[in-house]
Amino acid sequence: MSTEDQEFNLRQRLSGLSRLPLLRGAKVAGEAERLQQQLARLQTDTSDEAIWRSVELARHPDRPYTLDYVARIVDDWVELHGDRGRADDGALVTGLGRLDGRTIVVIGHQKGRDVKERLDRQFGMAYPEGYVKAIRAMEIAERFGFPVVSLVDTPGAYPGVAAEQHGQGGAIARSQAAMARLTVPTVACIIGEGGSGGAVAIAVSDRVLMQENAIYSVITPEGCAAILWRDAGEAKKAAAAFKPDALHCLELGVVDAVVPEPDGGAQLDHDAAAVLLEAGLAEALAELDEVPGEELRRRRRAKFRGMGVFA
Amino acid sequence: MSEARIDVQVEHRDAPAAAERHHPNTCPKCGSHYRDDELDVALWVCGHCGHHFPMGSRTRIDWYSDSDSFTEEATDVRSDDPLGFFDLRPYAERLAEAELNTGLGEAIVIGQATINRYAVELAIMDFSFMGGSMGSAVGEKFSRACDSAVERGVPLLTVTSSGGARMQEGILSLMQLPKTVCAVEDLHDARLPLITVMAHPTTAGVLASFASLGDVTIAEPGALIAFTGPRVVQQTTKEKLPDDFGLAEQNLRFGHVDAIVPRDEQRAYLTRLLRLFAGVDR
Repeated sequence: MSTEDQEFNLRQRLSGLSRLPLLRGAKVAGEAERLQQQLARLQTDTSDEAIWRSVELARHPDRPYTLDYVARIVDDWVELHGDRGRADDGALVTGLGRLDGRTIVVIGHQKGRDVKERLDRQFGMAYPEGYVKAIRAMEIAERFGFPVVSLVDTPGAYPGVAAEQHGQGGAIARSQAAMARLTVPTVACIIGEGGSGGAVAIAVSDRVLMQENAIYSVITPEGCAAILWRDAGEAKKAAAAFKPDALHCLELGVVDAVVPEPDGGAQLDHDAAAVLLEAGLAEALAELDEVPGEELRRRRRAKFRGMGVFA
Repeated sequence: MSEARIDVQVEHRDAPAAAERHHPNTCPKCGSHYRDDELDVALWVCGHCGHHFPMGSRTRIDWYSDSDSFTEEATDVRSDDPLGFFDLRPYAERLAEAELNTGLGEAIVIGQATINRYAVELAIMDFSFMGGSMGSAVGEKFSRACDSAVERGVPLLTVTSSGGARMQEGILSLMQLPKTVCAVEDLHDARLPLITVMAHPTTAGVLASFASLGDVTIAEPGALIAFTGPRVVQQTTKEKLPDDFGLAEQNLRFGHVDAIVPRDEQRAYLTRLLRLFAGVDR
Protein backbone atom coordinates (compact mmCIF):
# COMPACT_ATOMS: atom_id res chain seq x y z
CA MET A 1 0.00 0.00 0.00
CA SER A 2 1.43 3.39 -0.95
CA THR A 3 2.06 6.20 1.52
CA GLU A 4 -0.73 8.16 -0.12
CA ASP A 5 -3.16 5.30 0.46
CA GLN A 6 -2.08 5.08 4.09
CA GLU A 7 -2.60 8.79 4.54
CA PHE A 8 -5.96 8.54 2.89
CA ASN A 9 -6.96 5.73 5.26
CA LEU A 10 -5.85 7.64 8.33
CA ARG A 11 -7.60 10.78 7.14
CA GLN A 12 -10.73 8.74 6.63
CA ARG A 13 -10.47 7.44 10.19
CA LEU A 14 -9.94 10.99 11.40
CA SER A 15 -12.98 12.30 9.57
CA GLY A 16 -14.97 9.33 10.86
CA LEU A 17 -13.95 10.15 14.40
CA SER A 18 -15.07 13.75 14.15
CA ARG A 19 -18.54 12.50 13.17
CA LEU A 20 -18.85 10.24 16.21
CA PRO A 21 -21.69 10.97 18.59
CA LEU A 22 -19.92 12.82 21.34
CA LEU A 23 -20.34 10.56 24.33
CA ARG A 24 -17.36 12.17 25.97
CA GLY A 25 -16.48 15.13 23.84
CA ALA A 26 -13.09 15.86 25.30
CA LYS A 27 -11.90 12.30 24.89
CA VAL A 28 -12.91 12.06 21.27
CA ALA A 29 -11.22 15.37 20.57
CA GLY A 30 -8.10 14.00 22.27
CA GLU A 31 -8.28 10.89 20.10
CA ALA A 32 -8.47 12.97 16.94
CA GLU A 33 -5.50 15.02 18.03
CA ARG A 34 -3.48 11.91 18.78
CA LEU A 35 -4.30 10.41 15.41
CA GLN A 36 -3.33 13.65 13.75
CA GLN A 37 0.03 13.56 15.49
CA GLN A 38 0.44 10.01 14.30
CA LEU A 39 -0.50 11.06 10.80
CA ALA A 40 2.26 13.65 10.95
CA ARG A 41 4.72 10.95 11.99
CA LEU A 42 3.60 8.53 9.33
CA GLN A 43 4.65 11.08 6.73
CA THR A 44 8.15 10.98 8.15
CA ASP A 45 9.28 7.36 8.30
CA THR A 46 7.87 3.99 7.31
CA SER A 47 10.92 2.78 5.45
CA ASP A 48 12.20 -0.80 5.61
CA GLU A 49 15.03 0.45 7.83
CA ALA A 50 12.56 2.03 10.24
CA ILE A 51 10.62 -1.24 10.42
CA TRP A 52 13.76 -3.22 11.20
CA ARG A 53 14.74 -0.64 13.83
CA SER A 54 11.39 -1.36 15.51
CA VAL A 55 12.13 -5.09 15.46
CA GLU A 56 15.50 -4.49 17.14
CA LEU A 57 14.14 -2.05 19.73
CA ALA A 58 11.16 -4.28 20.51
CA ARG A 59 13.62 -7.05 21.41
CA HIS A 60 16.21 -4.83 23.10
CA PRO A 61 17.55 -6.64 26.19
CA ASP A 62 17.24 -3.46 28.29
CA ARG A 63 13.64 -2.79 27.29
CA PRO A 64 11.24 -2.56 30.25
CA TYR A 65 9.18 -5.70 30.80
CA THR A 66 5.76 -6.13 32.39
CA LEU A 67 7.02 -6.21 35.99
CA ASP A 68 9.18 -3.11 35.39
CA TYR A 69 6.04 -1.21 34.42
CA VAL A 70 4.02 -2.77 37.23
CA ALA A 71 6.61 -1.57 39.76
CA ARG A 72 6.32 1.98 38.41
CA ILE A 73 2.63 2.46 37.68
CA VAL A 74 0.67 -0.12 39.72
CA ASP A 75 0.14 0.39 43.47
CA ASP A 76 -0.63 -2.34 46.02
CA TRP A 77 0.59 -5.02 43.61
CA VAL A 78 -0.33 -8.58 44.54
CA GLU A 79 0.89 -11.20 42.10
CA LEU A 80 -1.36 -14.23 41.62
CA HIS A 81 0.58 -17.40 40.93
CA GLY A 82 -0.47 -20.66 39.35
CA ASP A 83 -3.22 -22.07 37.16
CA ARG A 84 -4.73 -24.20 39.99
CA GLY A 85 -4.21 -27.25 37.84
CA ARG A 86 -0.64 -27.99 37.02
CA ALA A 87 1.91 -25.22 37.48
CA ASP A 88 2.87 -21.58 37.70
CA ASP A 89 4.11 -20.22 34.40
CA GLY A 90 6.80 -17.59 34.88
CA ALA A 91 6.47 -16.39 31.29
CA LEU A 92 3.04 -14.95 32.00
CA VAL A 93 2.33 -13.03 35.20
CA THR A 94 -1.06 -12.08 36.60
CA GLY A 95 -2.04 -10.00 39.58
CA LEU A 96 -4.17 -7.38 41.24
CA GLY A 97 -3.18 -3.78 41.73
CA ARG A 98 -4.34 -0.21 41.59
CA LEU A 99 -4.01 2.11 38.62
CA ASP A 100 -5.33 5.64 38.53
CA GLY A 101 -7.22 5.11 41.78
CA ARG A 102 -8.99 1.85 40.95
CA THR A 103 -8.38 -1.86 41.24
CA ILE A 104 -7.35 -3.57 38.03
CA VAL A 105 -6.31 -7.05 36.99
CA VAL A 106 -2.97 -7.16 35.20
CA ILE A 107 -2.04 -9.93 32.77
CA GLY A 108 1.35 -9.72 31.10
CA HIS A 109 4.10 -11.70 29.48
CA GLN A 110 7.38 -11.55 31.35
CA LYS A 111 10.88 -12.06 29.99
CA GLY A 112 13.97 -12.48 32.17
CA ARG A 113 16.83 -10.07 32.70
CA ASP A 114 19.71 -12.49 33.29
CA VAL A 115 20.41 -15.96 31.95
CA LYS A 116 18.85 -17.81 34.87
CA GLU A 117 15.71 -15.71 34.90
CA ARG A 118 15.41 -15.94 31.14
CA LEU A 119 15.45 -19.72 31.36
CA ASP A 120 13.03 -19.71 34.30
CA ARG A 121 10.64 -17.55 32.32
CA GLN A 122 11.22 -19.40 29.01
CA PHE A 123 12.19 -16.13 27.28
CA GLY A 124 8.63 -14.89 27.68
CA MET A 125 7.10 -17.85 25.85
CA ALA A 126 4.14 -19.13 27.85
CA TYR A 127 2.98 -22.71 28.23
CA PRO A 128 -0.75 -23.50 28.16
CA GLU A 129 -0.52 -23.21 31.97
CA GLY A 130 0.19 -19.48 31.51
CA TYR A 131 -2.97 -18.94 29.46
CA VAL A 132 -5.04 -20.98 31.90
CA LYS A 133 -3.70 -18.71 34.66
CA ALA A 134 -4.69 -15.68 32.55
CA ILE A 135 -8.23 -17.05 32.21
CA ARG A 136 -8.35 -17.47 35.98
CA ALA A 137 -7.37 -13.81 36.41
CA MET A 138 -10.05 -12.76 33.91
CA GLU A 139 -12.66 -14.65 35.92
CA ILE A 140 -11.70 -12.63 39.00
CA ALA A 141 -11.97 -9.42 36.98
CA GLU A 142 -15.43 -10.35 35.71
CA ARG A 143 -16.69 -11.41 39.13
CA PHE A 144 -15.68 -8.16 40.84
CA GLY A 145 -15.94 -5.72 37.94
CA PHE A 146 -12.24 -4.91 37.71
CA PRO A 147 -10.88 -3.71 34.35
CA VAL A 148 -8.30 -5.98 32.71
CA VAL A 149 -4.99 -4.47 31.58
CA SER A 150 -2.87 -6.76 29.38
CA LEU A 151 0.78 -6.09 28.63
CA VAL A 152 1.91 -8.10 25.64
CA ASP A 153 5.57 -9.01 25.16
CA THR A 154 6.30 -12.46 23.78
CA PRO A 155 8.09 -13.95 20.79
CA GLY A 156 5.24 -16.47 20.70
CA ALA A 157 3.75 -19.29 22.75
CA TYR A 158 6.28 -21.96 23.78
CA PRO A 159 6.90 -24.45 20.97
CA GLY A 160 7.70 -27.63 22.93
CA VAL A 161 6.55 -31.22 23.25
CA ALA A 162 5.09 -30.73 26.73
CA ALA A 163 3.36 -27.51 25.68
CA GLU A 164 1.67 -29.40 22.85
CA GLN A 165 0.70 -32.30 25.06
CA HIS A 166 -0.78 -29.85 27.56
CA GLY A 167 -2.91 -28.27 24.81
CA GLN A 168 -1.24 -25.07 23.62
CA GLY A 169 -3.64 -24.34 20.75
CA GLY A 170 -6.75 -24.92 22.82
CA ALA A 171 -5.48 -22.79 25.70
CA ILE A 172 -4.81 -19.84 23.37
CA ALA A 173 -8.25 -20.22 21.79
CA ARG A 174 -10.01 -20.38 25.16
CA SER A 175 -8.12 -17.37 26.48
CA GLN A 176 -9.38 -15.33 23.52
CA ALA A 177 -12.90 -16.69 24.03
CA ALA A 178 -12.76 -15.71 27.71
CA MET A 179 -11.79 -12.17 26.71
CA ALA A 180 -14.62 -12.04 24.17
CA ARG A 181 -17.07 -12.83 27.00
CA LEU A 182 -15.92 -10.22 29.54
CA THR A 183 -18.27 -7.38 30.46
CA VAL A 184 -15.57 -5.32 32.15
CA PRO A 185 -13.38 -2.75 30.36
CA THR A 186 -10.27 -4.27 28.80
CA VAL A 187 -7.16 -2.50 27.54
CA ALA A 188 -4.11 -4.17 26.04
CA CYS A 189 -0.77 -2.65 25.13
CA ILE A 190 1.90 -4.29 23.02
CA ILE A 191 5.04 -3.28 24.95
CA GLY A 192 7.66 -5.24 23.02
CA GLU A 193 7.16 -8.29 20.85
CA GLY A 194 3.56 -9.09 19.97
CA GLY A 195 4.32 -12.56 18.66
CA SER A 196 1.48 -14.42 17.02
CA GLY A 197 -1.17 -16.48 18.83
CA GLY A 198 0.71 -16.28 22.10
CA ALA A 199 0.27 -12.49 21.99
CA VAL A 200 -3.31 -12.14 20.74
CA ALA A 201 -4.39 -14.70 23.37
CA ILE A 202 -4.40 -11.85 25.92
CA ALA A 203 -5.13 -8.94 23.57
CA VAL A 204 -8.78 -9.34 22.55
CA SER A 205 -9.43 -6.01 24.25
CA ASP A 206 -11.74 -3.00 23.91
CA ARG A 207 -8.72 -0.81 23.30
CA VAL A 208 -5.47 -2.18 21.91
CA LEU A 209 -2.54 0.18 22.26
CA MET A 210 0.95 -0.29 20.96
CA GLN A 211 4.17 1.33 22.01
CA GLU A 212 5.97 3.31 19.35
CA ASN A 213 8.78 0.77 18.93
CA ALA A 214 6.84 -2.41 19.59
CA ILE A 215 6.06 -4.97 16.91
CA TYR A 216 2.91 -7.05 16.39
CA SER A 217 3.03 -9.89 13.91
CA VAL A 218 1.64 -13.22 12.82
CA ILE A 219 5.08 -14.87 12.92
CA THR A 220 8.62 -13.84 13.81
CA PRO A 221 10.58 -12.29 10.94
CA GLU A 222 12.98 -15.26 11.17
CA GLY A 223 10.15 -17.79 11.05
CA CYS A 224 8.54 -16.09 8.07
CA ALA A 225 11.87 -15.91 6.25
CA ALA A 226 12.58 -19.58 6.95
CA ILE A 227 9.24 -20.61 5.43
CA LEU A 228 8.77 -18.20 2.53
CA TRP A 229 12.39 -17.45 1.64
CA ARG A 230 13.67 -20.80 2.95
CA ASP A 231 16.40 -18.84 4.77
CA ALA A 232 16.05 -17.42 8.28
CA GLY A 233 18.80 -14.94 7.36
CA GLU A 234 16.29 -13.05 5.23
CA ALA A 235 14.45 -11.84 8.35
CA LYS A 236 14.92 -8.20 7.41
CA LYS A 237 13.24 -8.75 4.04
CA ALA A 238 10.41 -10.65 5.71
CA ALA A 239 9.81 -7.86 8.24
CA ALA A 240 9.73 -5.28 5.47
CA ALA A 241 7.14 -7.42 3.67
CA PHE A 242 4.76 -8.11 6.55
CA LYS A 243 5.21 -4.76 8.32
CA PRO A 244 4.93 -5.49 12.06
CA ASP A 245 5.63 -1.90 13.18
CA ALA A 246 3.21 0.26 15.16
CA LEU A 247 2.31 2.70 12.41
CA HIS A 248 1.34 -0.03 9.98
CA CYS A 249 -0.69 -1.79 12.68
CA LEU A 250 -2.47 1.50 13.38
CA GLU A 251 -3.12 2.08 9.72
CA LEU A 252 -4.57 -1.43 9.28
CA GLY A 253 -6.94 -0.79 12.19
CA VAL A 254 -5.36 -3.55 14.30
CA VAL A 255 -4.41 -1.16 17.12
CA ASP A 256 -6.37 1.85 18.29
CA ALA A 257 -3.52 4.13 19.28
CA VAL A 258 0.24 4.34 19.52
CA VAL A 259 1.81 5.09 22.91
CA PRO A 260 4.92 7.25 22.55
CA GLU A 261 8.25 6.22 24.04
CA PRO A 262 11.08 8.42 25.28
CA ASP A 263 13.43 9.60 22.52
CA GLY A 264 15.59 6.73 21.35
CA GLY A 265 13.33 4.05 22.82
CA ALA A 266 11.90 2.79 26.11
CA GLN A 267 15.12 0.94 26.99
CA LEU A 268 16.90 4.27 27.62
CA ASP A 269 14.54 5.55 30.32
CA HIS A 270 12.21 3.09 32.06
CA ASP A 271 10.69 5.78 34.28
CA ALA A 272 9.78 8.07 31.40
CA ALA A 273 8.42 5.14 29.39
CA ALA A 274 6.25 4.13 32.37
CA VAL A 275 4.80 7.66 32.69
CA LEU A 276 3.82 7.63 29.02
CA LEU A 277 2.36 4.13 29.25
CA GLU A 278 0.37 5.00 32.37
CA ALA A 279 -1.12 8.03 30.62
CA GLY A 280 -2.10 5.89 27.64
CA LEU A 281 -3.70 3.17 29.78
CA ALA A 282 -5.52 5.66 32.04
CA GLU A 283 -6.92 7.53 29.07
CA ALA A 284 -8.11 4.33 27.39
CA LEU A 285 -9.74 3.12 30.61
CA ALA A 286 -11.44 6.50 31.10
CA GLU A 287 -12.92 6.27 27.59
CA LEU A 288 -14.52 2.95 28.50
CA ASP A 289 -15.68 4.01 31.94
CA GLU A 290 -19.29 4.86 31.25
CA VAL A 291 -20.07 2.21 28.66
CA PRO A 292 -22.36 -0.51 30.06
CA GLY A 293 -20.79 -3.99 30.26
CA GLU A 294 -23.04 -5.66 27.68
CA GLU A 295 -22.37 -2.79 25.29
CA LEU A 296 -18.61 -3.10 25.83
CA ARG A 297 -18.78 -6.76 24.93
CA ARG A 298 -20.98 -6.11 21.88
CA ARG A 299 -18.64 -3.40 20.59
CA ARG A 300 -15.55 -5.49 21.30
CA ARG A 301 -16.86 -8.42 19.29
CA ALA A 302 -18.02 -6.13 16.49
CA LYS A 303 -14.57 -4.55 16.36
CA PHE A 304 -12.72 -7.86 16.04
CA ARG A 305 -15.31 -9.35 13.71
CA GLY A 306 -14.74 -6.37 11.42
CA MET A 307 -11.02 -7.01 11.07
CA GLY A 308 -9.52 -8.03 7.78
CA VAL A 309 -9.30 -6.84 4.20
CA PHE A 310 -10.90 -8.92 1.46
CA ALA A 311 -12.31 -8.41 -1.99
CA MET B 1 8.23 -16.47 40.58
CA SER B 2 7.52 -19.66 42.38
CA GLU B 3 9.87 -22.60 42.70
CA ALA B 4 7.49 -24.99 41.02
CA ARG B 5 8.44 -25.33 37.37
CA ILE B 6 6.12 -26.58 34.72
CA ASP B 7 6.39 -30.31 34.42
CA VAL B 8 8.13 -30.85 31.11
CA GLN B 9 8.11 -34.62 31.42
CA VAL B 10 6.87 -35.85 28.12
CA GLU B 11 5.48 -39.11 26.99
CA HIS B 12 7.60 -40.95 24.46
CA ARG B 13 6.53 -43.52 21.95
CA ASP B 14 8.64 -45.24 19.33
CA ALA B 15 11.23 -43.57 17.12
CA PRO B 16 9.99 -41.41 14.24
CA ALA B 17 9.78 -42.98 10.80
CA ALA B 18 11.64 -41.31 7.96
CA ALA B 19 9.45 -38.96 5.94
CA GLU B 20 9.39 -39.57 2.19
CA ARG B 21 7.75 -37.92 -0.76
CA HIS B 22 4.92 -39.89 -2.33
CA HIS B 23 2.68 -39.60 -5.32
CA PRO B 24 -0.57 -38.05 -3.99
CA ASN B 25 -2.47 -41.27 -4.73
CA THR B 26 0.17 -43.54 -3.19
CA CYS B 27 -0.47 -44.42 0.43
CA PRO B 28 2.40 -43.01 2.52
CA LYS B 29 1.86 -45.73 5.12
CA CYS B 30 1.71 -48.94 3.08
CA GLY B 31 2.64 -47.92 -0.46
CA SER B 32 -0.63 -49.05 -2.08
CA HIS B 33 -1.46 -47.03 -5.16
CA TYR B 34 -4.94 -46.05 -6.32
CA ARG B 35 -6.71 -44.34 -9.17
CA ASP B 36 -8.80 -41.22 -8.35
CA ASP B 37 -12.08 -43.06 -8.92
CA GLU B 38 -11.03 -45.88 -6.58
CA LEU B 39 -10.24 -43.39 -3.82
CA ASP B 40 -13.48 -41.49 -4.47
CA VAL B 41 -15.51 -44.63 -3.88
CA ALA B 42 -13.46 -45.43 -0.75
CA LEU B 43 -13.94 -41.91 0.73
CA TRP B 44 -10.22 -41.32 0.13
CA VAL B 45 -9.23 -43.97 2.65
CA CYS B 46 -6.60 -46.61 1.86
CA GLY B 47 -8.44 -49.94 1.56
CA HIS B 48 -5.33 -51.79 2.63
CA CYS B 49 -4.15 -49.99 5.78
CA GLY B 50 -6.85 -47.41 6.57
CA HIS B 51 -4.69 -44.32 5.92
CA HIS B 52 -6.86 -41.24 5.44
CA PHE B 53 -5.87 -39.28 2.33
CA PRO B 54 -6.76 -35.57 2.21
CA MET B 55 -10.36 -35.07 1.12
CA GLY B 56 -11.36 -32.01 -0.92
CA SER B 57 -14.02 -29.72 0.50
CA ARG B 58 -16.47 -30.29 -2.39
CA THR B 59 -16.11 -34.07 -2.16
CA ARG B 60 -16.68 -33.93 1.58
CA ILE B 61 -19.73 -31.68 1.28
CA ASP B 62 -21.27 -34.01 -1.33
CA TRP B 63 -20.69 -36.95 0.95
CA TYR B 64 -21.87 -35.38 4.23
CA SER B 65 -24.98 -33.63 2.96
CA ASP B 66 -28.26 -35.04 1.63
CA SER B 67 -28.33 -34.92 -2.15
CA ASP B 68 -29.06 -31.46 -3.57
CA SER B 69 -29.43 -30.01 -0.07
CA PHE B 70 -26.29 -27.87 -0.18
CA THR B 71 -26.56 -24.16 -0.95
CA GLU B 72 -23.22 -22.42 -0.98
CA GLU B 73 -22.90 -18.99 0.63
CA ALA B 74 -20.45 -16.10 0.36
CA THR B 75 -19.11 -17.34 -2.97
CA ASP B 76 -18.00 -13.83 -3.87
CA VAL B 77 -15.60 -13.38 -0.94
CA ARG B 78 -12.02 -13.43 -2.21
CA SER B 79 -8.68 -12.59 -0.67
CA ASP B 80 -7.14 -9.18 -1.23
CA ASP B 81 -3.50 -8.21 -0.97
CA PRO B 82 -3.48 -5.32 1.54
CA LEU B 83 0.29 -5.39 2.07
CA GLY B 84 1.28 -5.84 -1.56
CA PHE B 85 3.13 -8.86 -0.23
CA PHE B 86 6.02 -10.23 -2.21
CA ASP B 87 8.27 -13.07 -1.10
CA LEU B 88 9.80 -15.21 -3.80
CA ARG B 89 6.60 -14.56 -5.77
CA PRO B 90 3.80 -12.00 -5.41
CA TYR B 91 0.92 -13.07 -3.15
CA ALA B 92 -1.56 -12.03 -5.85
CA GLU B 93 0.03 -14.55 -8.21
CA ARG B 94 -0.09 -17.33 -5.60
CA LEU B 95 -3.80 -16.60 -5.08
CA ALA B 96 -4.58 -16.70 -8.78
CA GLU B 97 -2.67 -19.95 -9.13
CA ALA B 98 -4.46 -21.54 -6.18
CA GLU B 99 -7.85 -20.61 -7.60
CA LEU B 100 -6.89 -22.00 -10.99
CA ASN B 101 -5.52 -25.26 -9.58
CA THR B 102 -8.32 -25.97 -7.13
CA GLY B 103 -11.37 -24.35 -8.68
CA LEU B 104 -12.04 -22.87 -5.26
CA GLY B 105 -12.37 -19.19 -4.37
CA GLU B 106 -10.70 -19.65 -1.00
CA ALA B 107 -9.50 -22.24 1.50
CA ILE B 108 -12.96 -22.64 3.01
CA VAL B 109 -16.41 -23.38 1.58
CA ILE B 110 -19.49 -22.40 3.58
CA GLY B 111 -23.18 -22.99 3.06
CA GLN B 112 -26.47 -24.50 4.19
CA ALA B 113 -27.22 -28.18 4.00
CA THR B 114 -29.08 -31.03 5.64
CA ILE B 115 -27.43 -34.17 6.99
CA ASN B 116 -29.95 -37.00 7.26
CA ARG B 117 -32.60 -34.26 7.20
CA TYR B 118 -31.04 -32.29 10.07
CA ALA B 119 -30.51 -28.70 8.96
CA VAL B 120 -26.97 -27.55 9.53
CA GLU B 121 -24.53 -24.86 8.46
CA LEU B 122 -21.28 -26.14 6.98
CA ALA B 123 -17.84 -24.48 7.03
CA ILE B 124 -15.44 -26.88 5.34
CA MET B 125 -11.76 -26.05 4.90
CA ASP B 126 -9.67 -27.22 1.98
CA PHE B 127 -5.95 -27.84 2.40
CA SER B 128 -5.32 -27.77 -1.34
CA PHE B 129 -5.89 -23.99 -1.44
CA MET B 130 -2.61 -22.51 -0.16
CA GLY B 131 -2.27 -25.10 2.58
CA GLY B 132 -5.66 -24.22 4.01
CA SER B 133 -4.13 -21.06 5.41
CA MET B 134 -6.44 -18.55 7.10
CA GLY B 135 -6.38 -15.01 5.79
CA SER B 136 -9.04 -12.32 5.90
CA ALA B 137 -11.31 -14.10 3.40
CA VAL B 138 -11.29 -17.39 5.32
CA GLY B 139 -11.95 -15.53 8.57
CA GLU B 140 -14.81 -13.60 6.98
CA LYS B 141 -16.41 -16.70 5.49
CA PHE B 142 -16.21 -18.61 8.77
CA SER B 143 -17.63 -15.58 10.56
CA ARG B 144 -20.54 -15.42 8.07
CA ALA B 145 -21.17 -19.13 8.54
CA CYS B 146 -21.69 -18.43 12.26
CA ASP B 147 -24.15 -15.64 11.41
CA SER B 148 -26.01 -17.85 8.96
CA ALA B 149 -26.29 -20.59 11.59
CA VAL B 150 -27.62 -18.06 14.12
CA GLU B 151 -30.11 -16.64 11.61
CA ARG B 152 -31.57 -20.06 10.95
CA GLY B 153 -31.07 -21.43 14.45
CA VAL B 154 -29.06 -24.44 13.28
CA PRO B 155 -25.79 -26.03 14.46
CA LEU B 156 -22.51 -25.22 12.75
CA LEU B 157 -20.38 -28.09 11.54
CA THR B 158 -16.82 -27.22 10.61
CA VAL B 159 -14.08 -29.38 9.15
CA THR B 160 -10.62 -27.95 9.71
CA SER B 161 -7.52 -28.56 7.65
CA SER B 162 -4.95 -25.82 7.77
CA GLY B 163 -1.30 -24.98 8.08
CA GLY B 164 -2.24 -21.88 10.11
CA ALA B 165 -2.57 -18.18 9.50
CA ARG B 166 -1.70 -16.85 6.03
CA MET B 167 1.59 -15.05 6.48
CA GLN B 168 1.15 -13.06 3.27
CA GLU B 169 -1.55 -11.00 4.98
CA GLY B 170 0.69 -10.13 7.93
CA ILE B 171 -0.96 -8.98 11.12
CA LEU B 172 -4.42 -9.09 9.52
CA SER B 173 -4.15 -12.87 9.29
CA LEU B 174 -3.41 -12.98 13.04
CA MET B 175 -6.54 -10.90 13.63
CA GLN B 176 -8.59 -13.72 12.09
CA LEU B 177 -7.99 -15.65 15.32
CA PRO B 178 -9.96 -13.25 17.56
CA LYS B 179 -12.37 -12.61 14.69
CA THR B 180 -13.39 -16.25 14.36
CA VAL B 181 -13.35 -16.70 18.15
CA CYS B 182 -15.78 -13.77 18.55
CA ALA B 183 -17.99 -15.28 15.84
CA VAL B 184 -18.11 -18.60 17.74
CA GLU B 185 -18.98 -16.72 20.94
CA ASP B 186 -21.92 -15.10 19.13
CA LEU B 187 -22.98 -18.58 17.96
CA HIS B 188 -22.71 -19.90 21.51
CA ASP B 189 -24.68 -16.95 22.90
CA ALA B 190 -27.49 -18.05 20.58
CA ARG B 191 -27.20 -21.49 22.27
CA LEU B 192 -26.19 -23.21 19.07
CA PRO B 193 -23.53 -25.90 18.99
CA LEU B 194 -20.26 -25.92 17.10
CA ILE B 195 -19.17 -29.38 16.01
CA THR B 196 -15.57 -29.63 14.83
CA VAL B 197 -14.04 -32.36 12.70
CA MET B 198 -10.28 -31.98 12.72
CA ALA B 199 -8.78 -33.35 9.52
CA HIS B 200 -5.08 -33.55 8.71
CA PRO B 201 -3.51 -31.13 9.46
CA THR B 202 -5.15 -28.80 11.98
CA THR B 203 -2.38 -26.58 13.19
CA ALA B 204 -1.23 -23.17 14.39
CA GLY B 205 -3.68 -20.27 13.97
CA VAL B 206 -6.70 -22.40 13.15
CA LEU B 207 -6.12 -24.75 16.09
CA ALA B 208 -5.51 -21.70 18.31
CA SER B 209 -8.89 -20.21 17.37
CA PHE B 210 -12.26 -21.55 16.24
CA ALA B 211 -11.16 -25.17 15.73
CA SER B 212 -10.55 -25.60 19.46
CA LEU B 213 -13.89 -24.14 20.52
CA GLY B 214 -16.10 -26.99 19.36
CA ASP B 215 -18.68 -28.25 21.84
CA VAL B 216 -17.81 -31.64 20.44
CA THR B 217 -14.52 -32.17 18.65
CA ILE B 218 -13.71 -35.27 16.66
CA ALA B 219 -10.51 -36.03 14.80
CA GLU B 220 -9.75 -38.10 11.74
CA PRO B 221 -7.33 -41.02 12.31
CA GLY B 222 -3.69 -40.01 11.95
CA ALA B 223 -4.43 -36.27 11.62
CA LEU B 224 -1.71 -33.91 12.83
CA ILE B 225 -3.25 -31.62 15.44
CA ALA B 226 -0.63 -29.28 16.85
CA PHE B 227 -0.11 -25.59 17.53
CA THR B 228 3.54 -25.94 16.56
CA GLY B 229 4.39 -28.68 14.09
CA PRO B 230 7.00 -31.41 14.78
CA ARG B 231 9.72 -29.90 12.58
CA VAL B 232 9.69 -26.52 14.30
CA VAL B 233 9.48 -28.06 17.78
CA GLN B 234 12.43 -30.29 16.98
CA GLN B 235 14.49 -27.42 15.55
CA THR B 236 13.68 -25.00 18.35
CA THR B 237 13.95 -27.21 21.40
CA LYS B 238 16.18 -30.07 20.15
CA GLU B 239 13.82 -32.35 22.06
CA LYS B 240 13.45 -35.94 20.93
CA LEU B 241 9.94 -36.20 19.61
CA PRO B 242 7.63 -39.09 20.37
CA ASP B 243 6.62 -41.02 17.26
CA ASP B 244 2.99 -39.98 17.47
CA PHE B 245 3.80 -36.36 18.36
CA GLY B 246 0.78 -34.17 17.74
CA LEU B 247 -1.22 -36.90 16.06
CA ALA B 248 -4.93 -37.39 16.67
CA GLU B 249 -4.22 -40.48 18.76
CA GLN B 250 -1.94 -38.55 21.13
CA ASN B 251 -4.43 -35.67 21.30
CA LEU B 252 -7.12 -38.13 22.36
CA ARG B 253 -4.88 -39.52 25.12
CA PHE B 254 -4.14 -36.03 26.41
CA GLY B 255 -7.77 -35.01 26.39
CA HIS B 256 -7.84 -32.53 23.50
CA VAL B 257 -10.42 -34.29 21.32
CA ASP B 258 -13.56 -36.23 22.17
CA ALA B 259 -13.13 -39.09 19.73
CA ILE B 260 -11.30 -40.33 16.69
CA VAL B 261 -13.85 -41.24 14.08
CA PRO B 262 -12.85 -43.00 10.84
CA ARG B 263 -14.31 -41.43 7.75
CA ASP B 264 -16.79 -44.16 6.90
CA GLU B 265 -18.39 -43.76 10.34
CA GLN B 266 -18.50 -39.96 10.37
CA ARG B 267 -21.85 -39.42 8.70
CA ALA B 268 -23.66 -41.64 11.19
CA TYR B 269 -21.69 -40.14 14.08
CA LEU B 270 -22.54 -36.57 13.04
CA THR B 271 -26.18 -37.49 12.57
CA ARG B 272 -26.27 -38.86 16.12
CA LEU B 273 -24.71 -35.64 17.44
CA LEU B 274 -27.19 -33.47 15.51
CA ARG B 275 -30.05 -35.54 16.95
CA LEU B 276 -28.63 -35.14 20.47
CA PHE B 277 -28.18 -31.38 20.18
CA ALA B 278 -31.71 -31.04 18.80
CA GLY B 279 -32.77 -32.05 22.32
CA VAL B 280 -36.31 -33.36 22.04
CA ASP B 281 -37.85 -35.62 19.42
CA ARG B 282 -39.32 -33.89 16.44
